[in-house]
Amino acid sequence: MSKKNTDYHAAGDQEVVYKKIGIRRLFTSPDADEAREHFKSKSRRMIDKTTTVKDAVASLVNDGDYFAAGGFGSNRIPAAVLHEIVRQKKKNLGFSGHTSTHDMQILVAGKCINRCDAAYVVGLEARGLSKNARKSFESGEIEATEWSNATLAWRYKAAAMGLSFLPARSTLGTDTVKYSAAMEVPCPFTGKPYVAVPALYPDVAAIHVHCSDIYGNCQIKGISVSDLDLARAAKKLIITTERIIHNDEIRREPHLTVIPYYEVDAVIEVPYGAYPSNMAYEYFTDEDHLMEWLSVEKDEKALEEFLEKNIYNCKDHWEYLEVNGGLEKINQLRIQENLSDRV
Amino acid sequence: MSNYNGMELMICLASRYLENDGSVVVGTGAPCAAAMLAQRTRAPKLMVMFEAGGIGPILPSMPISVGDSRTYYKGLLTTSMPEIMETCQRGMVDYTFLGGAQIDMYGNINSTVIGDYDRPKVRFPGSGGANDLASLCWRTMMITPQDKNRFTNDIDFITSPGYLTGKGAREAAGLPPGCGPYKIITNLAVMGFDEETCRMRVEMIHPGITREQVIDNTGFELLWAPEVLESEPPSDEELEILRTEVDPRRLIIGRG
Repeated sequence: MSKKNTDYHAAGDQEVVYKKIGIRRLFTSPDADEAREHFKSKSRRMIDKTTTVKDAVASLVNDGDYFAAGGFGSNRIPAAVLHEIVRQKKKNLGFSGHTSTHDMQILVAGKCINRCDAAYVVGLEARGLSKNARKSFESGEIEATEWSNATLAWRYKAAAMGLSFLPARSTLGTDTVKYSAAMEVPCPFTGKPYVAVPALYPDVAAIHVHCSDIYGNCQIKGISVSDLDLARAAKKLIITTERIIHNDEIRREPHLTVIPYYEVDAVIEVPYGAYPSNMAYEYFTDEDHLMEWLSVEKDEKALEEFLEKNIYNCKDHWEYLEVNGGLEKINQLRIQENLSDRV
Repeated sequence: MSNYNGMELMICLASRYLENDGSVVVGTGAPCAAAMLAQRTRAPKLMVMFEAGGIGPILPSMPISVGDSRTYYKGLLTTSMPEIMETCQRGMVDYTFLGGAQIDMYGNINSTVIGDYDRPKVRFPGSGGANDLASLCWRTMMITPQDKNRFTNDIDFITSPGYLTGKGAREAAGLPPGCGPYKIITNLAVMGFDEETCRMRVEMIHPGITREQVIDNTGFELLWAPEVLESEPPSDEELEILRTEVDPRRLIIGRG
């Protein structure tokens, strides 16, 4: 039979079987209509949203909220917002452990999290494991539901699309899916099994970008990780930016805009705001500082002193940076980022 | 006395499986070193991808994170994690490398917990992208030290799928057909998987290593290829490039 005449719409009426293959708790409602009700009331006014990190966290992050951070753990993380959440002693946050490394380490040190969608947690990649983060999972202090990086990314994507789930083909047959909150559904066209991952609409997210105007139109250089979907999935969004640029700049090159202003609730100019993480084309990771974090976690008192020095006694990100070498340090990290220390 | 160490041998062996017209998603560490070595020897056009969104870099030095700026240095595209994973899901990625705390005879890998899930003795990072890559890339490889605790059928948690419970189990669970574990490269041997049983099968033993050593360091019964070859040691050229260009600071190869 020639393919031209094949009708691929082959499935007829069948009884559909949904299987609850994931046994863990789903922390957030995947309901797309509930989300639409929220987004219906979200402002479309293009107004000046600039504020301070302190005010943004105080007004937009509530105890008990489900929070997500942009970037990739030790790359382009919203460090200033994470420190401020710790300083303001926010409690009982849900957290999306999507490629989370140093970002989660900060929030765990502040004892801010009590539940977590865990795709990648407690590790800092090749640098080693965070003793403190490990302990909080091993003791049950943080309740976990397992995912993989892709299924968690697709949960953001489902929300960004205004849906309640997406089908995917990974994780089936493993304990990762068994300890998730996913369902198994048949494809309505082919009958083949898919994992259905529920949409994740975080209450609030924070993303650090290269440039934004005062309204929240954002540009990101380098990889975007899952931030474009996260920005659209989150009910409230805090943007910190290396620099604020004029709206004319945005309008001159609109193809560079990756997050439009109407997703954004607050804009704060925080130069070096991803420090100590890597900011593409700006500054590299402060590896010594990350290794110090890992090392002080071996001793509770040392960790306490470290947090006093680096977070609680600093009024803002700028002071934190000063404590760790200030602009001179940034300049070294800029040299590393640009590989100008190599021939 | 050989003029190379175990890590150098594993990286060289792994790099030889990567083809010039192939694509690979790698993490940091030994797999990245293998991809860099392949790019500088027999596979200059190998398409290297990183799960955070870097595609086609000309790697200047070893990345520390799979999302740091080295992973897209002089790259072709900086994109997103969903795009990388969707490219895997479309069937466009040939190879990937995984790591883990435990592996069983079907190549199932644990990187989540040691002990009971609810009160684990040790909590590890979990899947990260590993499950997705093992589910969706055509051929999964692993570079790992071999010992009885690591190579065990008493695996505490299947984070990433190997052949699950044997032939046909991946497909029955709903994973895309035709993919799965390919080569396990250790400090002792190179193992593939028997086509009929999908069980781990020794194909090569490294120079100076005996069958008994391989058996003694494995917690389950291994199958043996009809003809077990001796692994070809690193060439002078491979060692030179590995030591001077890929890992001059000996971050990976310094681990022996």
